[in-house]
Amino acid sequence: MSILAVAFAASAATAADPEKGKEIYGRCLACHALEYDRVGPRHCGLFGRRAGSVKGFAYSEAMRRSKIVWNEETLDRFLANPPKAVPGTAMTYAGVPDATERADLIAYLKQACK
Amino acid sequence: MSFLKIATPAQARRFFLARSGLVLSGAAVALLAGRDALAAKSGDKTSDTKILNTALAAELEAIAAYQVGAESGLLQKPVLDLAVTFQGHHKAHADVLAKTIQKLGGKAVAAKSKYTFPVEKLKSQADVLRFAAGLEQGAVSAYLGAVPLFGNRDLSKAAASILGDEAMHWAVLRQALGEAPVPSAFVS
Ligand code: HEC
Repeated sequence: MSILAVAFAASAATAADPEKGKEIYGRCLACHALEYDRVGPRHCGLFGRRAGSVKGFAYSEAMRRSKIVWNEETLDRFLANPPKAVPGTAMTYAGVPDATERADLIAYLKQACK
Repeated sequence: MSFLKIATPAQARRFFLARSGLVLSGAAVALLAGRDALAAKSGDKTSDTKILNTALAAELEAIAAYQVGAESGLLQKPVLDLAVTFQGHHKAHADVLAKTIQKLGGKAVAAKSKYTFPVEKLKSQADVLRFAAGLEQGAVSAYLGAVPLFGNRDLSKAAASILGDEAMHWAVLRQALGEAPVPSAFVS
């Protein structure tokens, strides 16, 4: 068996699953919706957006000044532990500690508004 | 009388009933009430009030959501009564959260004058139940995510008490939808 095949098998085994991510998104539904602002801002348009930049949403100072641009990496870091990633954030939520669950969640967010 | 100066759950309950007509489980009140040491004990007051305010904002929205459900004309008894009861619990949570924020020297957020809900997707009793179940599931997760963040452990305990209540709502709503009421051994 070639090294490539092994590498492929490994990456297939860890491929993020947006279906599972949709379920995990259930944890966010006290505060967020995809298409409209609630306690937290809308998630449609998240990728490539500057943190704290949805017009009309009252972000914390901390989020507005964070200089984060949302992509897979920055989301992974933020969602692992929001108050640690952005001290002072109003998203007072301990986060999604499981890396696989985070990957699934991010995969879901990426395609949810398409 | 300050809510947080009430010494016993029984007293708190009487006060609460007299004030708002709400039936409140003694537990949540007792957790937050009667603790003059509360403010002093709090590790990091700013962030504790921030956590409480985020929770309060979500509770206020839940109250408005149940109002939409109750007024939709889509709910029949006994489901309608259930919605009104659950809304009452959320009002009790909001009240206790707001008073605790004030006690800690913070400013409690007010309800928004207008909330957005996916009303165009609510066409049947089941739609309303499913929407409410989603909010309750989210609330369970939100409180679970708040429990480890409080500087003051009494507040973690209070959040856990509310979490238990929301989990019961979620289970009953799932049951009403014909789904397995308790889908797993853990909430997440
Ligand atoms: C308890 C309420 C609450 C929960 C639960 C919650 N959030 Fe948030 N979220 C917020 C708030 C409030 C903000 C705004 C933060 C600020 O201004 O500091 C926010 C901000 C964000 C942002 C930044 C958005 C932007 O426009 O910059 C992302 C991304 C996010 N949340 C994702 C999630 C995901 C994914 C989940 C579920 C795992 C989740 N949140 C759960 C309240 C919550």
